[in-house]
This record gives sequence, structure tokens and C-alpha cells, in this order.
Amino acid sequence: MKRIPLNLWLGGLISTLLVGSAVLSRFWTPEDPIKMNILNRLKGPGDAGLLGADQIGRDVFSMIMAGGWTSLGIALTATIIGGSIGTLIGVTAAAKSGIFEKASGWINSVLFAFPPILSAILLGALLGPGGLTSIIAIGVFMIPVFTRISRGAAMQIWSRDYIKAAKMAGKGQALITIEHVLPNISAQLLVQFAIQTGLGILAEAGLSFLGMGIAPPTPSWGRMLADAQTYISTAPHLVLAPGIAIALAVLGLNLLGDGLRDLTDPRRKQAS
Amino acid sequence: MMLSIRDLRVSFEDSSGDSTEVVHGINLDLARGESLGIVGESGSGKSVLSLATIGLLPGTARASGQIMFEGQDLLTLPEKQMCGLRGRKIGMIFQEPMSALNPAMTVGAQIAEGLRLHKGMSQSDAKTEALRLLEMVQIPQATQRINSYPHEMSGGQRQRVGIAIAIALKPDLLIADEPTTALDVTVQAEILDILDDLVTDLGISLILISHDLGVIARISDRTLVMYKGDEMEHGDTERVLRSPQHDYTRKLLDAMPSRARKSLDQTGMEGPHA
Amino acid sequence: MTPALKHMRRAAGYLLILLVTSFLIFVLIEAAPGDPAEIMLGTSAQADTVAALRADLGLDRPMMVRYASWIAGVVTGDLGQSYTYGTPVAELIGDRLAVTVPLTLLATIIAICISLPLGVWAGSRPGAVTDGVATVFSQFGIAVPNFWIGLLLILLFSLSLGWFPAGGFPGWDDGIDKGIMALILPSIALAIPQAAVLTRVTRAAVIEVANEDFVRTARAKGLGRNRALWLHTVPNALLPVVTMLGLQIPFLISGAVLVENVFTLPGIGTLAYQALSQRDLIVIQNVVLMFAIIVIVVNLIVDGLYAILDPRLRTRK
Repeated sequence: MKRIPLNLWLGGLISTLLVGSAVLSRFWTPEDPIKMNILNRLKGPGDAGLLGADQIGRDVFSMIMAGGWTSLGIALTATIIGGSIGTLIGVTAAAKSGIFEKASGWINSVLFAFPPILSAILLGALLGPGGLTSIIAIGVFMIPVFTRISRGAAMQIWSRDYIKAAKMAGKGQALITIEHVLPNISAQLLVQFAIQTGLGILAEAGLSFLGMGIAPPTPSWGRMLADAQTYISTAPHLVLAPGIAIALAVLGLNLLGDGLRDLTDPRRKQAS
Repeated sequence: MMLSIRDLRVSFEDSSGDSTEVVHGINLDLARGESLGIVGESGSGKSVLSLATIGLLPGTARASGQIMFEGQDLLTLPEKQMCGLRGRKIGMIFQEPMSALNPAMTVGAQIAEGLRLHKGMSQSDAKTEALRLLEMVQIPQATQRINSYPHEMSGGQRQRVGIAIAIALKPDLLIADEPTTALDVTVQAEILDILDDLVTDLGISLILISHDLGVIARISDRTLVMYKGDEMEHGDTERVLRSPQHDYTRKLLDAMPSRARKSLDQTGMEGPHA
Repeated sequence: MTPALKHMRRAAGYLLILLVTSFLIFVLIEAAPGDPAEIMLGTSAQADTVAALRADLGLDRPMMVRYASWIAGVVTGDLGQSYTYGTPVAELIGDRLAVTVPLTLLATIIAICISLPLGVWAGSRPGAVTDGVATVFSQFGIAVPNFWIGLLLILLFSLSLGWFPAGGFPGWDDGIDKGIMALILPSIALAIPQAAVLTRVTRAAVIEVANEDFVRTARAKGLGRNRALWLHTVPNALLPVVTMLGLQIPFLISGAVLVENVFTLPGIGTLAYQALSQRDLIVIQNVVLMFAIIVIVVNLIVDGLYAILDPRLRTRK
């Protein structure tokens, strides 16, 4: 029996809490997260709800729960789309060397020059701000990351003897990729998936902090911080909750990724 | 005696806290100017013995017993004083010339480093001395090679640099751990000759560690045969090779190619009937 | 292949990447709704006035011609006029860079000053208390958004203690010290996530290199643990650290946009952000290209640094 590493345990717990409260927010929150209650305006924790109320009297705790759904939804969608495209390019590049491999290298170099906020500024000009812009901007940046990881991992699998045996048996590249390569690199992809979703949450928060994310009144952690900045001297408590929520969510997903890596690849435990 | 080891035991602790003893009470003595060969297959504990002597066992290792060197017990000597001994009184040559040199430093700087550390030499004095050492270990065009990086040199040349580093401060004791194992056969003989000449000329005591009886026979006065952390046999090299007392020594001798054994007989030593 | 030829090929590769990138930016901006001439003149303008301005701005020429003239302008430093500011874009960018470049440099210096000792310290004794501290720091540092750190710093050091200004930038003419004071909190906010990533990489690299044979050789010469660490292990562990420094540049740039926003610094990030809300497309186009150029040029510099750090790469590659 392997012992479960501490980071996996802790990361799993935080991630479960994150997903759980995000899903729960679809059915129940202590208050309606978009309902104004001007009487509660800028009230502190305890005076109005668990975490106080914002500048128009919305319940911060409920907004944090609902904001989790927004963050997680955008980050997960972006990571799934970007990750799938990146992995597809990566495993194809590993299977077909030559022109395609070179081309994928070029594409990566170009995409790498576009961090999410830059893509969002560019896409914002085209599409306007919003959830879709966020997803594309974040997803684009995921592509080179997953291409690099999956290509490296797939190249290792391709050099194994059992792949040579499969090639002898007359199986095509596509079939070998589906039957042998993808199952064998799935653990590494899963690790990366957890870590990148965390980065996606961080990027989404940044975009909505700048007002380039999902449109109001849908609650989002980044915009809660942007609003809190305006009232930073009168209601400093508003700055804390969204920041802690973002940090915890990213921390949890990072720990989950690290823990999965330690579990599946004990050699890297020391070094990583 | 310059070096005397008494009942040396070394054990390693694994991550779960269990410890395994790999050297089970070794005794040996070495006089000034004498050379001792330690022979055994990998896992016999011979390298661990040498690392214990120079005080560079990994953190997970525990050593007990006594290693008396010039009147001091090295096992209880504080780290700071050990640093003063290493390089200055005890030099060491390692097995892998490919990885034993710092890839980001010129060989000249690596030789000069010990000189500057222990003797407080100036940069230019240390460089002059490093050049002299490179010539001593017969590196051609030493004036140019002194500014080379390790990757620009062949394995044999790197091992010469390794020797130059180890003898830079004319230590009383030199430990050579498989110094020729990683080298081409043709280069092995040259390196051994250089080592032998320098040790004799400078009056350095030598502990030569090898799995190869042929190498041991070339230089060492006495031979210690080790197997799985125990002493199998210990005596004059000539006696050990000619009339081995222990089955394991006989097995080692039998494992040598017959031609090599013959050359041992002819050139390795002057026996009573030679 | 000779090293010189190899370098030229690599530089040509980067140039090609830049061309593709610039074309991509150009096409996206082209596709964006909103006619610059209409934006400049307002919605009430006469159709023929708009047409005249379009001709004046060269907007009536074919797309490829306009792309070529943009690239020619980039090379000669003529980036056109901002629609909203009415000043040359090149001038606008230059003014803003005087804030963003010092900000990111200061942040990088702070990040290195934190991460190098911490990572080396942690990596030299894995499992010790300091290693635990470094690990916790890097886990949290990676997770915490820099703009939130910025808000907390304002809360603590500006509003409560009053040591630093809460935002704004006095410019460099009033004295360098005032400018630096205004940049200290923002660069700390920008530096912490960077430092976290670098600490992690440094730690891992030091652990790996510390097990190399040449470190044992150094110890056998009589070097103490710390001397061997700093003179032999660390120089050889820097390669992955420099790689990560290069890989972090896009994050540094994104971070700068956010942090400038928190501290209301008139940097390039704020310029881009404001240009987006004012639909000043020509500014967006050029700023985004400039960021891409920075990322690519920094990667070139990192390539050059490798050769300095690892002599093996000088002759082999």
C-alpha cells in the first residue's frame, strides 16, 4: 500500500471543497449573490452575513460561492479546449517528425508570445470583453504548454520496445497513438491539467479584475477585488475574501497536481 | 604508522529508518611511502572504506571504529579540521573523469583552487604551480591546456588533471578509487605509470582501489581482498597473488584472462624464482 | 555547422516568428469592429469627411499594402498617430516604457534576490526546516495573484503605515528617488510570484547538481560545505534557473499590466488597457506587437546567457 502524499491529500481536500461549493452555489447560497440590499452596504463580517456585504449590499459569502462557479467554469473550459488542442498537436508531432514537428514548434513560439492578458486585450478589440474572450485568451496560452508536455512524453513512449513490436505488427501511427501512447501519457497530462486549471483560475481573476472578464452582474472573484479597491480605505475587509478564495483555489489545484505527480512518478519527488 | 584503521564499520540508513551494515569491521595499517591495493568486486565496500577515510560519506551513512591518521581519529575530528586535512594531507582521485571535474571551470582554475585555499597562494602563483603540475602529469601543451574546460579534453587527459588536483599539495596519503576503470585500456597503463612514478618520487602513501587484480599488482606493495564488507585476505601483493590463501582470491585470479595472468607472472613482480 | 551560422539561423527563425506574429495581430485588429476614421470624427460626421480622413490615414489601400507599410513603419520607428491622444504612437509607447521597464527590472532583481538564497539554502539541505519554509513560500507565492498582493501592500504600507505612496507616479524629472519610491510596492507585488517560481526551480536544480561527482571532488580538495555549494554547485545549477527566467517573461508582462492598474502607474500595461476601452486600435496593435518583440528578444538573450553559463554549449552548439 502506497501512502498518500500530504500534498495530494491537502490538494484533494481543497479542490473538492472548491468544486463542491461551486456546484452547490447553483442550487443554494445563503443569500442571492446578485441581490442588492442597500441597508447592508459595506457592512463588516458578522454584521451582514459571514463575510460582510459589498458596496451595494450584496452578501460577500454568497458572491464568493457563486464566483467559484464562474472561475472554475471558465478555467476548466479553457484548459479542456486548450489542453485537447495542445495534446493533439503534441502527440501528432511526436508521431510524425519532420515538417509537422517543425511547424508545431513555430506555432508554439508564436502562441507563447501571447500571455492571456495580452490575448484578451487583442481579442477584446475584436469580440469585446466577456466570458468567451476569457476562455479563448486563456485557452490559447494552454496550447503550447500541453503541446510541449505531451510531445515530450509521447516521444519517450515511441522509443519503447513494445511500440516497435506494434509497428512490426503493421499498426498505423494513429492507432498506436490511441492504443499505446495516449494511455501511457495520461498520468502526466492529468498532473498538468490540474496545475494549468489553477493557472487558468489565476488568469481569469486577472482578466475580470481588469474588467475584461465575464460581464456583471455574474459574480467573479477578480471583479470583487476591483470593486474592493475603490472602497479599500472604508471597507478593507472586502479585499480579503476574494483574494483568499483565489489563492486557496490555485494552491489546492497545484498541490493536487504535485501530489498526483509524486504518486505516479516517485523519482521526481525529491527534485520537483 | 601513518594510517591505522581499527574495526571500521559503516552502515547506511534507508528512508524508513532501517540500517544496513556494508563494512563489517575492517582493520588495516599503512606506513609512510607504502602502497596498499584494495581489491574486490562492486559492493565489496571498498569505495565506502575510502570515502570514510576522507570523511565524505553520504549523510545517510554512519561509521564506527577508528581511523587514526597521523595521531588523530578522523571519525571524531570536527568538520572544520577535516577540511584542513582534505586536499592538503589526504588527496583523492575518483573513478569517473567525465563527471569528477566541474564543467563550468577551466582545469587550471580547478587545480589552483586547492593551492589558493590551503596555501593562500596568489592567483598568478597558483596558476604557475598548476602549470607545473600539468607538466608533471604529462599533459602535452600544458600552457594552452591550462585554460581548457574539461569537455575539451579526452578521458585520459581529464584523469591526469584529476591526479594533478589530488597531488597538488603533496599530501601524505593519496586515495585512488578505480582511477583507470573508466579509461581505454591503452590509456590505463599510462595513467598507472604516472601515478606510480609520482607517488614514489614524492614519497606519498597510496591506497589504490580496484576490481582489477592486474592494476593492483602493478603498483601496490600489499593487497587487501574484500568481499561484501569483510576482509578475505591481506598480505604482501606478491604472496597474495602467488599463493592465495582464500577461495575468493583464487576465484578473482581465475576470473582474469589467462594472458593477463601470464604477463603478471613475467613483469608484475620479481618472484623468488624469477 | 559553424556557431556563427547556427546563431544566424536561429535569429532568422525568430524573425520569421515575429513576422507571423505581427501578421496575426494585424489580421485580428483588421477584423475588429469600428472604423478608426469614424471613431476619430465621432458618429455625427459627414460621410465625405470620413472618406477623406480614411484616404488621409491610408485606410483605403488594400490590406496587404497597409500591413507592409505598418511593418516598414515599425522598422523605421514610425508607428502612426494615436486616434485618441493625437500624438505619435511611438512617442506614447516610449513615455510609458520609462515606467514599465524600470518596474519589471526592479521586480526581477527583487525576485532573484529572494529566490536565489532561499532556493540554494533549501536545496542544499533537503528536508530541513529551511527547505520546508521555502516550499511553503513557493506554493503560496505561485497561488497568490500579484494584484491582490498589491492591494494588501497598499492596505499595510500606504494606508496603515504611510511609508509609501498608494499609487500614481511622479515621473523621473522630480528626482530618481521619488520615482523609485513609487515603484517599490508595485515591484514587490510583481516579484513575489516570480520569486516563488524561481525558488522552486533553484531548489530542484541545486538538489540535482549537489549529487554530481565534481562537487565531491571539490570537497576532497578541502573546500567546506558552503564554499563547494556556492563555487561549484550553484554556478552549475543556474542553467535551469535562467531558462525559467526566460519562460516567465510573458507572466511578468501580464503581471505588469495588472500591477500598473492597481497602483495607477502610467505604464505600457495601462496604455494598452486604456486603448482597449477607447478602441484606439492602432495603439493596441503596436503595444501587443511590442510585447511580442520583448518576449522573443528576451528568449534570444537567454540563449546567449546559456553559452556564458555552460562552456560546453560554446563549442558544441
